Amino acid sequence: MIQPAKPDLVTVNIDGKEIAVPKGTNVIDAARQVGVDVPHYCYHPKLSVVGNCRMCLVELGMPAVDPVSKAPIMDPATGRQKVNWIPRPQIGCATYASQGLHIRTQTAQIKDCREGVTEFLLINHPLDCPICDKAGECMLQEQSTGYGRGYSRFIENKNVKPKRTLLGPRVVLDDERCILCSRCIRFCKEVAKDDVLGFIDRGSYSTLTCYPGKALENNYSLNTVDICPVGALTSTDFRFKMRVWFLKQTNSIDTESSVGANTVVWSREGVIHRITPRRNDEVNDTWMADSGRLLYKAVGAENRLASKETLDALIASAADVLTDAEGAIAVVGSGRSSVEEQFLTRKLADAVKARVFLVARSGAGDGILISSDRNPNVRGALITGLIDKLPSERLDTLAGGIDSGEIKAVISVGEDLTSAGITPEQLGKISIVHFGTHANSTSDAAKVVVPTLTVFEKAGTFVNQQFRLQKFAKAVPAKPGMHDDLDALSRLTAAMGGASLPSDLHELWEVLTKELPALATTTYRTLPETGLLLDATPWSGLRFPEGETLHFKPAASEEGVKA
Amino acid sequence: MAIIPVDRRPLSFAERTYLPQIISGLSTTWKRLVAPKETLEYPEQRPEIPANYRGVPTLVKDPHGREKCVSCQLCEFVCPPKAIRITPGDIPADSENAHVEKAPKEFEIDMLRCIFCGLCQEVCPEEAIWLQKQYSMTGYTRAEMVNDKQRLYELGGTLPDDHFKWDRKKEAEEAAAQGGHH
Repeated sequence: MIQPAKPDLVTVNIDGKEIAVPKGTNVIDAARQVGVDVPHYCYHPKLSVVGNCRMCLVELGMPAVDPVSKAPIMDPATGRQKVNWIPRPQIGCATYASQGLHIRTQTAQIKDCREGVTEFLLINHPLDCPICDKAGECMLQEQSTGYGRGYSRFIENKNVKPKRTLLGPRVVLDDERCILCSRCIRFCKEVAKDDVLGFIDRGSYSTLTCYPGKALENNYSLNTVDICPVGALTSTDFRFKMRVWFLKQTNSIDTESSVGANTVVWSREGVIHRITPRRNDEVNDTWMADSGRLLYKAVGAENRLASKETLDALIASAADVLTDAEGAIAVVGSGRSSVEEQFLTRKLADAVKARVFLVARSGAGDGILISSDRNPNVRGALITGLIDKLPSERLDTLAGGIDSGEIKAVISVGEDLTSAGITPEQLGKISIVHFGTHANSTSDAAKVVVPTLTVFEKAGTFVNQQFRLQKFAKAVPAKPGMHDDLDALSRLTAAMGGASLPSDLHELWEVLTKELPALATTTYRTLPETGLLLDATPWSGLRFPEGETLHFKPAASEEGVKA
Repeated sequence: MAIIPVDRRPLSFAERTYLPQIISGLSTTWKRLVAPKETLEYPEQRPEIPANYRGVPTLVKDPHGREKCVSCQLCEFVCPPKAIRITPGDIPADSENAHVEKAPKEFEIDMLRCIFCGLCQEVCPEEAIWLQKQYSMTGYTRAEMVNDKQRLYELGGTLPDDHFKWDRKKEAEEAAAQGGHH
């Protein structure tokens, strides 16, 4: 792993531009800060440096000083301190900024180096860009445009290597395209902690392979596809599905756990084709779990709910059901709802004077990017005041209330009551108003079902385990017969005699900013793409279930409580 | 705007008889009656199509019957009126063209949208899409005017190939399997 940048700054000179960077920044990252691109393949900002691709060669120099007196040697021609350039180029990825370092990236020698490296990489490259899934986002393709010669001087036969080796259930290897940068190997070793990949054989026989008897099947294997600078590793799910240049990118948030990994949803004409991680150095670096990449399949699932009735008709019948059970209503909110939806759920609960329940979901945390709290937004429910203590996995209190006849109607906002411990007999005793995306036993038993949207079809915010407020945008439009959650909740609240609240996200945020002190400093529009850390002190006494994950350590006070 | 007074001269005697106009008009008519015809009796007679004519875009196969398109979707990308729609797919591993790996599952060109610009032919890295000499596409419904993959290959047929790039690839693979160049 690259050492975290120390706060002391050093000044370096890159192509004549001076910039102060933290000591320990390498030349590629420093150059990026002044807008100079140093091409590279093997270097990745979140992995260790190996320096084997030789693409990032730059010229380095240090200001000349007298060896004895240490006095600066001036250049009479320019009147400035002379720079002693190292005669041979050095790799930028393994050179760290030091005070006074001079870097040249645009000289004839450097251009020569880059062209040479590109030519060597291309002699055995199959040049099958038309069938390669990486085309359009391939680093080799980009650098060949800049430093390739446009024709080949190689008259010998190209290497023949296996074209479709399955490294694991989700990753296919095309050995001919591999440029042996070892990014995937380092990722598996350093981040996924599952050291299964390696090179075997020497020279032009070198091949990427799995350790005998093992497969690249950890839950982070698809990150190797993302970081592969060429099309050697491809995803079985996305392979030959769509060219990347057709895809629209929408920033989103992974909903599979409270880590809240930042993602990009790639869609074309309302169809999502893949999900990839988005860099956020405070949350998920540049990684995400494989399981989160498949969540988009829920959008087009067979059991998706849709209704032919208008939203007005649905709300009217829901209001009828609830009015019949007045005074004996419970609301089951969700840790999967966005902050805005949870706020409206609370308002709805206030309007019908209902008690609010939330369902916890837990699973084993993997210590990387999946936490043990599998709800993305339990902290949002705390902030919006929907709940004031942590939820449990089973709705036993609610079940007791149903049995005793205290509760006659339940509003379920996206939760399946059966999986939370309510028996079918108990479901039969109550009338249910269900807001949900997919059919389940609760929607089957419900009197009124309002079909709502998945995270990909709406915009909103989640609060992750660090109390970081993160926003997601709408990637694809909803299909007919599905209704916006905010719209449905605000209409039902108004129909039940509650406050009239806006259903538009931006207007609703004005209300949120006014009513919730935790969100007073931001709005949806001004919220940065990397999220905003909220003040967690009001909830520091709660014992959250999460263990340690990437960039997250459970608060020390909790450790004390546990001890 | 300035007003320009137009001088309206009275007609001369010859003009008032209309004879010069009638004679000059009839002379054109008589000349055309005896001159060779410049029109064609379409559709019985068909025009001569020049070699570089840009007619209906079609898909072609190589001389061995392999479909040349690998569904790279560059034509779909470059098409100005968005007439092309491709669904990519893979070639199963047991096919004799398995070494090509990728082929279109579906390929549609909407001839109601096509403007015969030829950019698809120009951009194709596999020389799989060609604008042929056919110029007349008709149909009774909109659906009929969308050429699907099967129809595109019917229209396109086979074109000679100078490169045989994929065949050479297969030969190299076979040579490597027998211990040639690795």
